[in-house]
Parts: sequence; C-alpha cells; structure tokens
Amino acid sequence: MATDPSVVGVALPPRRAERAAAPGSSWAGLILDFARRRTLGAAGGVVVVLMLLTAALASVIAPHDPYETNFLDQLKPPSPGYLLGTDSFGRDVLSRLVYGSRTALKIGFGAAFVGASIGALLGVVSAYFGGKIDLLLERLMDILISFPLLILALAVVTALGNNDTNVIIAITIPIIPRVARVIRASALTIRQMPYVEAARSIGAIDMRIVLRHMLPNVMAPYLILVTAFLGQAILSEAALSFLGLGVSEPTPAWGLMLRGASVQFVQRAPWLAIAPGVALSLAVFAFNLLGDSLRDHLDPRLRL
Amino acid sequence: MHRYVISRVALMIPTLLGVAIIAFVLLRIVPGDIVLLKLAGDGGRIEESVLQQERAKLGLDKPIALQFVDWIWGAMRFDFGLSMWTGRPIIHEVAIRLELSLQLTIMASIIATMFAIPLGAMAALKQDTWVDYAIRLFSIGGLAMPGFWVGIITILCLLVFFHYLPPLTFTSLLKNPAENLAMLIWPALTVGYRYSAVATRMTRSTLLEVMRDDYVRTARAKGLAERLVVVRHAMRNALLPVVTVIGLEFAFLLGGLLVTEQVFNLNGIGKLMVDAVARRDYTMTQALILLVAGAFVVTNFLIDMLYVFLDPRISYS
Repeated sequence: MATDPSVVGVALPPRRAERAAAPGSSWAGLILDFARRRTLGAAGGVVVVLMLLTAALASVIAPHDPYETNFLDQLKPPSPGYLLGTDSFGRDVLSRLVYGSRTALKIGFGAAFVGASIGALLGVVSAYFGGKIDLLLERLMDILISFPLLILALAVVTALGNNDTNVIIAITIPIIPRVARVIRASALTIRQMPYVEAARSIGAIDMRIVLRHMLPNVMAPYLILVTAFLGQAILSEAALSFLGLGVSEPTPAWGLMLRGASVQFVQRAPWLAIAPGVALSLAVFAFNLLGDSLRDHLDPRLRL
Repeated sequence: MHRYVISRVALMIPTLLGVAIIAFVLLRIVPGDIVLLKLAGDGGRIEESVLQQERAKLGLDKPIALQFVDWIWGAMRFDFGLSMWTGRPIIHEVAIRLELSLQLTIMASIIATMFAIPLGAMAALKQDTWVDYAIRLFSIGGLAMPGFWVGIITILCLLVFFHYLPPLTFTSLLKNPAENLAMLIWPALTVGYRYSAVATRMTRSTLLEVMRDDYVRTARAKGLAERLVVVRHAMRNALLPVVTVIGLEFAFLLGGLLVTEQVFNLNGIGKLMVDAVARRDYTMTQALILLVAGAFVVTNFLIDMLYVFLDPRISYS
C-alpha cells in the first residue's frame, strides 16, 4: 500500500493521501480488480459471502429446529426428511450445520479481529519505541508463543466458564504474539520512512505518530493477518470444542458435532463425522484462499 | 559470535522464568482441588483431617511463595519432583510417553519434508500452471482440514474399505517394529499432511523469490543446466526459511498433539497433559508446560545457530 510515500502524505491524513495518489480507485473498483486478477481468491471470497449469508439467514434456510430432539429418529441416515441425517439425539444434522456457521463466524471473527488488533498495536509500539520497550514486549511475546496453547485455553475456560466470550479470549491470546511479530517487522521499515521523521520534526507527539502515521500503513499486513487467522481461529474453536473445552452442548457448533457420538458411531453413522468436517474444511479453506490471494495482491513479500 | 550465543542463551532464562510464573499462577487460579479429586473422586465426603493430611503430604499446606521457590529451585536442577496424582517421579512418567510422542513427531517430520520440498519446488518452477494450482489447493487443503477430522476419516476409511483397525496398544519400535509402525503410521500421516502443507507453501514462496535473484540469472547466463541452477543455486538459498518452519513445527508437535492423540487413542505427552490438567496435578502440569516451552525456545535457538552454518553470509554480532 504505502510503498510510495509522497511528501503530501505528511501533512494530509494517510488515507486521503493515498486516494490522491491513485485517482478513481473506489472500494468497488478495488474489489473488481482483485476478482479479475486473483481467481482462486475470488472463489474463496464467494464461499465466505455464502457462509455469511447462511449465518444471517439460518432461521430461513434450516429445515428443522437445531435444538429439537426426536427420540424416534435417532441416528437416521440421510433421507428427504433429514437431508444429512440425524444425530444420536435425533436432531437434524443439516439444521445444526447451518446454525453452526453462526458459532464459527462469531468466534472466528471475534478472535481474529481482537487478536490481530491487539497484536498490531503491540507490534507497532514495539517497533516505534525500540530500546527497552521493544525488548520487554518481545520477551512477553516469546513467553506467550512458547506457552502451550491448550493449557491457556483450559485455564481460561475452566476458570471463567465456557461461554462464547471466554472461548474467544482463549483463542485470541495465542494469536496476539504471532501477529505482533509480523507487524513489528513491517513497522520497523515504516519507522525509517521520511514521513515519520517529518512528522516527528514538526513536533507530533509519539501517540499521534503511532496512531495516525504508523498504524494506517500496516493496514495491508493487518488485513492479510486477520483473514489468515480467521481460518485458524475457526479451527482452534473446533479443536477446543472437540476436546470439550469450547462451546458447550446443546449449542450447534461444528467442532462439537464431531465430538462423542460421531466418533463412537463412526461406522454406523458416518454422516455424523463427514458433514461437519466438510463444512469446517470448506470454511477454513475459503478464508485461507482469500487470505493468500490478499497477500499476493497487497504485500507479496509478507511471510506469515 | 560467542557473545551473541551467550546473550541468546541468557535471554532464554527470562522467557522460561516467565512461562514458569504464568504456569504456576494460572494453575492456582483455576478452580478445583487435587486433594478432593484424588480422595473423593466424583462424590462422597471425606474427613477434613484426612484432607489436611494429604495436603501436607503433597506440600500444599506451605505458603504459596515457598511452594513456588521450592519448585523453581528443583526445576533448575531438572528435578521436577513427584506427580501429585500418581506419586511417581515426573521424569519417569514423562519418559514413558516421550518415546511415543518423539517417534510420532519424527515420523511426521520425515513425511512432511519428503513431500514438502519436491512439491513446493514443483509449484514454484511451474508457477501459474495447473501443476501449481493443484499443489496449492492440496496444501491449502492440508491447512484447512482439522487434524482430528482427517484422523476420524482415516479410521473410517480403513474400517469401511479394508475392514482393518490399527493396533490399539503401543509396542516399542525396538521390540516389534512392524506392530509399532502399523499403529503410528496413520497418525503420522494425518499430522504429516498438515505439517507438509505449511512447509510446501514456504518452499514455494521462498523459491519463487530466490528464482528472481541476480545470481540465478548469472547461473543461467553461464549456461548451467536448469536442473543445476535450481538444485545448486536456488534451492540452497530457498531452504533456510523452510528449515525454520520445519523446526518450529517440530517443537510445536512435541507438545501439541493433544487432539490427534485423542482420536487415535494414543498415550503420549498430549494425553498426559490433558489428564494432568483435569486432575489438577500441579507438579505434573507445571513440568509439562516447562518441557513444551523449553523445547520451543531451544529449537528456536538451534535454528538461529543452524543458519550460521547453512549460510556463511550470516554472522551474528
């Protein structure tokens, strides 16, 4: 994005400067350009949009109530009445799948957005101030990165209880240091840019430089990281739920659907294991595809 | 260089100390009491005096600060004490499981490397052809599919198509190699697929970058066969970040196979950790956290050192 720092960029807020540099580029134009040049990424984007629609319209799409148990229809194979069969409580798998997209998106977006934002802020602060602050923050990130992920999740969930917010917190913590590292590396080069020096020389305070000059210019890696970690967060949620540490029954969630019965009755009722896994993989696949193409498009040298 | 090595080693200490402090505090914040879990199980009432006696036996009656100092002092001498749950030495309990976890991690690494480097190179050399697309889809797929689900599906396929179930009990590689491999090959393939996906992508992207460098053009200009340009000039330089990824993933897997172990019913470090936390076995959990963090920190350090040997241009000062 900000590979061409013009002198104008110092006086004007960065976003306006950018628009001035590339006239006629609107959001729609940018998206069209992306879709034309990155077919795979656009395909991922379409799946993401479909998933968002599914989550939004879950009550319209789902043929049954996802919570409704029916003990006469336990472990029924797929049929016109139950398109993807039923689970061991006689609940409709398709409906639970449709509603499960809500859980996945909510927790995925929550964790990726919060984790990437905190990580980005820490990374920029670390790079901008350098010295002792940098050293201290880096050590803190080292500790967080080397701490076993599951123990953190376990501690948060057992200490605070497993509602959605706590599951998000548990997944967010490991994202923060990983984002902070990548953003710090990008911010280190930005710090050397003339516009940062110019801002400092006209007497801008540190906070203003960090917030108005540095943060907007790590937007490209930030966007890429949010997308990439969205997939990761959805996977983490599924893994935690599978272990019984994520969202709890009877909430419809894909990882939870793979727990217990689907392993126990894997031979008798394979649809229980197949459907949620396919949904999970497809969702993460789409987000990864989108994230990958975004990286190629915005910042090809970025290493995740 | 010597000074750099020393300072790097010195920096591990605050990191591990930080991990130790967080581990210690975190475990004591989490509700639950090992003494109650151990003696009363799910229900039943126990005399308060019996509980006090057990607490004293486990050293839980001492002030928290003293407990911490005792533990850290032991850990620094690699003496992690006894498991609060089984009462046996932790080193011993960990060693039994480490054999399985280590073997599985090594197998997964070999599988991953075997696939990742040729596939990544092929994708980079045939960029934007169907070969590249196929390999990229394959590797993004590896990242997208949850490991435990791939495990479930693997077991399902073996059952349905081959009427075969892998052995359920672990036998040492030295005792019965065939039995051992028949059990571990499936989880190793499951984990290796994801692992290779990470490394394939890294190989592809670094090789793409390197192939545009001047020395590759020079090598071509002097008439070197394309195969030699790739193998001798490009690959050597592209592999550094790949080594990093493989190393980090290795350290991560040593302690991070919880879910896979659950699916394949393996008794490794991951299961030990899940059980230890569930039982509030403080000493065991703390030791395992330090082990996992230590493996990670040491691997990181070794990778940095390896860089110096692999690339003579790098020298730390």
